[in-house]
Amino acid sequence: MTGSFTIAPVIDVAQARKDAQPSLRELVFDIQGLTVNYGRLTAISGVDLQVYRNVITAIIGPSGCGKSTFIRCLNRMNDLVPGTRIDGQILYQGADLYASGVDPVEVRRRIGMVFQKANPFPKSIYDNVGWGPRVLGMRKDLDERVEKALRSAALWDEVKDRLKKNALSLSGGQQQRLCIARAIAVEPEVLLLDEPASALDPIATSAIEELMHELKRDYTLVIVTHNMQQAARVADLTAFFSLEVDQDRRSGVLVEYDSTNKIFTNPSDKRTEDYVTGRFG
Amino acid sequence: MNRDRRRRIVNRAMEVVATVAALVAVAVLAIVVISVARRGAGALSWDFFTKPQALFGQPGGGIANALVGTALLVLLATAMALPVGVLTAIYLTEFAPRRLAVPIQVVIDVLAGLPTIVIGIFVYALLVIGHTQSGYAGAFALAVIMLPLIARATQEVLLLVPSTLREASLALGVRRWRTVLGVILPSSVGGILTGTVLAVARASGETAPLLFTSSIFGNSVQTDVTKPLANIPVLIFDYSEQPDPALHQQAWAAALVLMGFVLLASLAAKALLARSRTKLAR
Repeated sequence: MTGSFTIAPVIDVAQARKDAQPSLRELVFDIQGLTVNYGRLTAISGVDLQVYRNVITAIIGPSGCGKSTFIRCLNRMNDLVPGTRIDGQILYQGADLYASGVDPVEVRRRIGMVFQKANPFPKSIYDNVGWGPRVLGMRKDLDERVEKALRSAALWDEVKDRLKKNALSLSGGQQQRLCIARAIAVEPEVLLLDEPASALDPIATSAIEELMHELKRDYTLVIVTHNMQQAARVADLTAFFSLEVDQDRRSGVLVEYDSTNKIFTNPSDKRTEDYVTGRFG
Repeated sequence: MNRDRRRRIVNRAMEVVATVAALVAVAVLAIVVISVARRGAGALSWDFFTKPQALFGQPGGGIANALVGTALLVLLATAMALPVGVLTAIYLTEFAPRRLAVPIQVVIDVLAGLPTIVIGIFVYALLVIGHTQSGYAGAFALAVIMLPLIARATQEVLLLVPSTLREASLALGVRRWRTVLGVILPSSVGGILTGTVLAVARASGETAPLLFTSSIFGNSVQTDVTKPLANIPVLIFDYSEQPDPALHQQAWAAALVLMGFVLLASLAAKALLARSRTKLAR
């Protein structure tokens, strides 16, 4: 338990890019000048950000600064919102995610997502995890796949005797871990987590956080959180978003992106410092 | 205070008026049920359900041919209206862009409000003129009546499925149609059945379209849908025009049977809906 409360290992982005482990330098997302409009509203503007393989990247910031909008661009979930316009470029492993030939369904298959509110299907625990792989043609050794996903989500021991029970009978924290199991059962390359613990109690939250440390070995994780302590506990890199008000026009901007340690102990931007020290937000 | 007193009195008066209105509605149904039962119950017997209509001028006989015919007509109509209605609702809630969904919605609402005599004469012109009356023409007319009812009911339950479930499925990289089949429909089967049962209850009593399409039928049990099928609504209509008081009583009894079926169907629909609600509630 104590492990999850220590500050994440110090990784200096600049240093990491220069030397460090080669995996840290492997770019997963390269985002340039990302601007998102919903109708006439600008949600975020001009975001440049890089996400690295097997690293946990946290997105923090006050409510309404576009954190969720940002993360939903990474697997094209924003396509489902009518009136969304996306400018700028998101390169995923070197390929433009929004190029005309790209199939958003295939994007979502490779980039999984866990939502703020646990949303298990009204099916059995087994089917919640097994349905995705079955529909997507990964029918071979389905039992093993389900077990592996549930183990990875640290849920197996709690549910192995009642796999046929309805998933809605699980507690909130268990439901959220089930959603994580469901997401990793289809073997995505990246896992996006949109405030995965915001509706959970502290014990369930720390279970999810420990789990993220485990998942880091196999996945690249991006987590949105409005809980700064959580970002400090789990993330290697932290991006601070804020709301910029420019004559009546409000939009989210990326203020600072650096190692988590730097963001929380010695931020270079005054706005970041104000936020992490609790002066606003 | 005076004003306060006035408000209290107005409130009380309106409460009484509303209660009386509700009682009137219940009373209307009670009067219909009681008067039909009083006049028809005497004709109910085992023979009434199992024997076909008596030959002209002969005593006795039942409504077996009309029961079978109505069952066949409604079954056939459901087979036509259910898939189209459900798919229409799926299109409207899951696939259609807004600028198409709105006009289609209007069309369906208009269809639901279309007088059944209009549907009857339309099907008469389409399928009966130049051919003969037939069971499938009657069933088609009933299906036109059922279609908007099923589509509307299905649409309402599909909208009850939380959008977070759609997101969960789409975020797995599952295509929309598979999402509909695997996540959305299973959560709404109960509601779709409810709507279908109500549409069946409605169609089983429709008379006007069947007068045009399936009203010249024989006295024996008929299951060939290319021929006109006997049915309860038209039988009630025919018998009520006969001079024989025994046939009048049979018409009332047939009406009682029809009403009993509609009542049972409505109760079944309510039970189904309650079950599907609890399934989605958590």
